[in-house]
Amino acid sequence: MSETSTKLDFRVLDGILEQYEYKKSYLIAMLQKVQEVYRYLPEEAMTYIGEKVDGLSPATVYGVATFYAQFSLEPKGKYEIKVCDGTACHVRGSMPVLNAIRNKLNLKEGQTTCENGLFSLEIVSCLGACGLAPVCVINDKVYPQMTSDAISVILDTLLKEEGVA
Amino acid sequence: MSEDKKTLYIEGKEVEFTNEANLLEVIRKAGMNVPTLCYRPDLTSFGACRLCVVEVEYPNGRKMINSSCTMPPEAGIKVHLNTAKVRNIRKMVLELLLANHDRECTTCDKSGSCDLQKYAEEYGIKHVKQYAQRDCMVKKDESSCALVRDNNKCILCGACVRACDEHQGLQVLGFANRGSKTVVEPMAGRPLGNSECINCGQCAAVCPTGAITINSSQLDGVWNAITNPEKKVVVQFAPSVRVAIGEMFGLEPGVNSTKKINAALRRIGFDLVFDTNFSADLTIMEEAHEFIDRLQNGGKLPLFTSCCPGWVRFLETQHPDMLGHLSSCKSPQGMMGAIIREYVPQYYKDITPENLVSVSIMPCTAKKYEGQREQFKMADGRQEIDYVLTTQELGRMIKGAGIDFKTLEGEEPDSPFGKYTGAGTIFGVSGGVAEAAARTAYEVVTGETLKDVVINDMRGTKRVKTVELDLKGTKIKVKIVNTLREAEKCIREIKEGKADYQLLEVMACPGGCINGGGQPLSYNDSCIKEKRAQGLYTDDETGEWRKSHENPEIKDLYAKHLEKPNSHKAHELLHTTYVDKRKDCYISVGE
Repeated sequence: MSETSTKLDFRVLDGILEQYEYKKSYLIAMLQKVQEVYRYLPEEAMTYIGEKVDGLSPATVYGVATFYAQFSLEPKGKYEIKVCDGTACHVRGSMPVLNAIRNKLNLKEGQTTCENGLFSLEIVSCLGACGLAPVCVINDKVYPQMTSDAISVILDTLLKEEGVA
Repeated sequence: MSEDKKTLYIEGKEVEFTNEANLLEVIRKAGMNVPTLCYRPDLTSFGACRLCVVEVEYPNGRKMINSSCTMPPEAGIKVHLNTAKVRNIRKMVLELLLANHDRECTTCDKSGSCDLQKYAEEYGIKHVKQYAQRDCMVKKDESSCALVRDNNKCILCGACVRACDEHQGLQVLGFANRGSKTVVEPMAGRPLGNSECINCGQCAAVCPTGAITINSSQLDGVWNAITNPEKKVVVQFAPSVRVAIGEMFGLEPGVNSTKKINAALRRIGFDLVFDTNFSADLTIMEEAHEFIDRLQNGGKLPLFTSCCPGWVRFLETQHPDMLGHLSSCKSPQGMMGAIIREYVPQYYKDITPENLVSVSIMPCTAKKYEGQREQFKMADGRQEIDYVLTTQELGRMIKGAGIDFKTLEGEEPDSPFGKYTGAGTIFGVSGGVAEAAARTAYEVVTGETLKDVVINDMRGTKRVKTVELDLKGTKIKVKIVNTLREAEKCIREIKEGKADYQLLEVMACPGGCINGGGQPLSYNDSCIKEKRAQGLYTDDETGEWRKSHENPEIKDLYAKHLEKPNSHKAHELLHTTYVDKRKDCYISVGE
């Protein structure tokens, strides 16, 4: 979250705030929009919203942003991988899938985004697709019945597309 | 809500209630009490600490455990305050809180006045080992000169978060993260000193533990100066200190301890004791004349009072475009600081500019910040006021010096700069500055003697008061607000061109300085503001003079040194400038 990492275009933020009429009841929707644009919530953006919207403060916006797991305070990757670890996925082997992804992308425990910024990894509780367990979602595309081998192939394909492999 | 009297039973006693917001208030009005860490009469009920639980028995025989701070009173219920079940719950709550608490009590700033410590003792908590203990300590935030935050002591009761929002509308502090990782902190854990905090200390005033305390790092410096024979230590103390300090020594709130304080300060070792009430009178002379000048010569109106350093910082950080409205007068503390530096070495042979140390005792944590203002620096780089202490810190000094405050024989202050009028003393309560200014402005504008000096509409601890005055044909309207939540509304009115008043008095703390963040802790007394205010009003009534311009020492000061209010010399010493400080804190992002 260093200040030099992003140059925020505050006009974009103004646009989002205008869309939601600067109303504090739309805070979550605003934050979702900001995250859509930047792939995370830059600190300056949260401060800006806290200052501009009546009845909010930077600390309050930060409180909401850190309360919900859907918001990330660090930049997410170009490909957002969600590994479901709900009960059904867990018993059908989501952990080996998760470990395979970590190995492939060199992600240490606690690290969510890989160094080249291409991939970020998130564990979610349940995607509601228990019949397809274990499930992964990469940028809104659902991959059913994953195994460590299957996910490796998928990641290899994506890496090749990006010209990294 | 209806005003009908209904009854319920507390511990078997029939108790009447009307429109009390919650059961806890009914219990307290009946002369009983239950422990609580998070309930504050001035703030919304939060129900966080679960200590105020009581057992409620309904007429149909159903029994329930309920937190009394969130439960509205109901007719016919029987309330039991200390059943075995209730006591067990309270004990477990305390044990769990203590398990996650940094229990370094002896070195904690709150030791002796901590509610958690008190209840742990009252409930005989001797073992907290069966629960997982706090294993990770976080660093204290000592970035602010006014306040210290220690999250290892925080019990997440949310009193500070509510105070900052509901009193000041600032929400500098908020809850961050979730579940067991929840913390109270400014935006993204930034240091308080770098935030939009105005240092009012209302958070510290409601904190039940040592999580937010007054920054008392200047106390050692004061003791060192006092014990150094080379130094001559000169002290001033503010209006509100006199009606509150007694509370730390078993006196009733509102008892006027002016003379005892004079004596105690000398006993501690201060060389000269002056009264900030004197410079409050001086402030009125300058500010009333500035107001009349703006009124008659088309200056910027409404004129904002500038005595409250929280309010000044609020304008400097949130509304720098409004600084032109702010009176150029220094606060009474600032004026006294300048007068002491300029004239004390002239009046006292053994005091030189080099050996003089200037200390002030304030009811206010923001005064510590004001003391360090760039504008209050002297040519040699030192501050005009070296140390700013709070009422609480003075109380600690008195105790530390082994003085029996209760039986202490009163003494007179040093002269000159020790005499004061009733106008100066009511500075400590919301509306007091306006009332004092009106007394002087009336006589200056009309040339007549004002007989009835009390303006009742300006009195009372209500958050907003509007008063119209007729200075023999010159009609003026004065708005008086306390808390910045209300002040913000005034700023909007003015920006929208809807303000029809010419003078705006703002005090950041609810009720004024009497309820400042540096005053003795009093959050369980819902009438504390009224009691302390009454103390100042009585001081006004019983004093020798009631108008600032009648103070003989003020007259003398103008005759000998300053010539007249707003003279060149007065401007040099008693007036100041303000700067846009928005860029100093993170809220200026994107501008």
